[in-house]
Amino acid sequence: MDEILKVEHLVKTFGTNEVLKDIDFSVFKGDVISIIGSSGSGKSTLLRCINMLEDATGGRILYHGNNILDGSIDEDQYRTKVGMVFQSFNLFNNYTVLGNCMLGQTHVLKRSKEDARKRAMEYLEKVGMEQYINAKPRQLSGGQKQRVAIARALAMDPEVLLFDEPTSALDPEMVGEVLDVMKNLAESGMTMLVVTHEMAFARDISKRVVFMADGRIEEEGSPDQIFNHPQKERTKEFLSRFTKTLKD
Amino acid sequence: MTIAEMNFFQRMIYILQRYGLSLLEGAATTMVIAIVCTFLGCVIGFAVGLIQTSEPHKNSGIFKRGLLKTVKLILTAYVEVFRGTPMMLQAAFIYYGMSQIFGINLGMWSAAFIIVSVNTGAYMAETVRGGILSVEAGQSEGARAIGMSHFQTMLLVVLPQALRNIMPQIGNNLIINIKDTCVLSIIGTVELFFTFRSISGALYTYFEAASVTMIIYFILTFTCSRILRYIETKMDGPSNFDLATSDTLAFTSGMTRYNKKTGGTY
Repeated sequence: MDEILKVEHLVKTFGTNEVLKDIDFSVFKGDVISIIGSSGSGKSTLLRCINMLEDATGGRILYHGNNILDGSIDEDQYRTKVGMVFQSFNLFNNYTVLGNCMLGQTHVLKRSKEDARKRAMEYLEKVGMEQYINAKPRQLSGGQKQRVAIARALAMDPEVLLFDEPTSALDPEMVGEVLDVMKNLAESGMTMLVVTHEMAFARDISKRVVFMADGRIEEEGSPDQIFNHPQKERTKEFLSRFTKTLKD
Repeated sequence: MTIAEMNFFQRMIYILQRYGLSLLEGAATTMVIAIVCTFLGCVIGFAVGLIQTSEPHKNSGIFKRGLLKTVKLILTAYVEVFRGTPMMLQAAFIYYGMSQIFGINLGMWSAAFIIVSVNTGAYMAETVRGGILSVEAGQSEGARAIGMSHFQTMLLVVLPQALRNIMPQIGNNLIINIKDTCVLSIIGTVELFFTFRSISGALYTYFEAASVTMIIYFILTFTCSRILRYIETKMDGPSNFDLATSDTLAFTSGMTRYNKKTGGTY
């Protein structure tokens, strides 16, 4: 299988606080990985290190075998290949929906305006936001913003998409629309790395589940292994809080 | 009828009749200096504010870091000195200093433009810094995450939003500049305040001349503040934007309309 990302012995400290301790894992083409765990376990930091929004303190992150941490590859080029969707959407407030989806294409990938527009429309249709191309972000609901953010990330044709708790800032009634979009994406073969508190998504959509606790990967496996036959105490304890809601 | 026999209003009218053209010229000079210098001050302010808020790249060497630190230090000194001393003295210092030390005789216009824009730039630098900080970090993270460089992020995403946020302060600066050009009378710039002094000196009608000049200043500043407010609303875009109703994924109930007051939809 084609290995896109390989994280080796990754360490991240903030001051004296060791947030990530010796993380090892790989992302293969077509993988849909859910990273679960309680708050403060380092999930988001791991994602931000992979996208280089945080500087890792130690270890290596290999992108197709090249270490991204030693400065040998162009950071901006790398980021176009590893897209990111944020908890707080981070749409550009000074651009319309269409502008948000075109800006990176025209300025980073140097696509022509027409080409960028065509692709932007294609992905906006995919997330059901083609009606809103002229709206500014402030005119959209949270769920709509997040769908546009997903279209914006997709328009860059990334190899991997990182999702940092994409539904955590949303009202409960809007979570569904974003998860629907992500489900469609997963089924279309997109490689995804999702930090989430949506256990149903992790169990039903992802191919692999990573459970993190205290900056370490505590347990990793298929959804069936993690949710139905967890091996570690901490995994069981964490999941016991969710099993009730999952049965509903 | 001599001036001594006139009442207050007659004197004001007399001043307008006799010196109307000079007052108009003075007002025009004041406006040109204020507008041009506010603009140049903004350019300086954006440049300085941009450098003050930039962090060295993590891979950059000790030389680049040192260079950035030195430039920042110089700019901080510039901001502090020009904010911390009266513009009237700065005008005297630059105007007479240039001729005494370098033998350069700055004309009225170039002296005025240099002094006021450099002074405005010092204030604007801090304003722009505040404006950049007011744009939430998520905006630049969003831009960096799709591969935009630091420069592109600043130019296309952060600065336009910072500009919108500091528009009220730019307006403030323009109005302050309209009034503060009067300190240029110390180096002989013939602007509105200089005209006032000439009139009052010629006619000995201080009260009436001051009244006329004050009214003119107020008309200038008030017009500017209204125009700037209009530009601000233009920048915000339409406030009653009707959005589509057929979002197939979300539960929409009727038309969603942007609410200007609350800044959200209802």
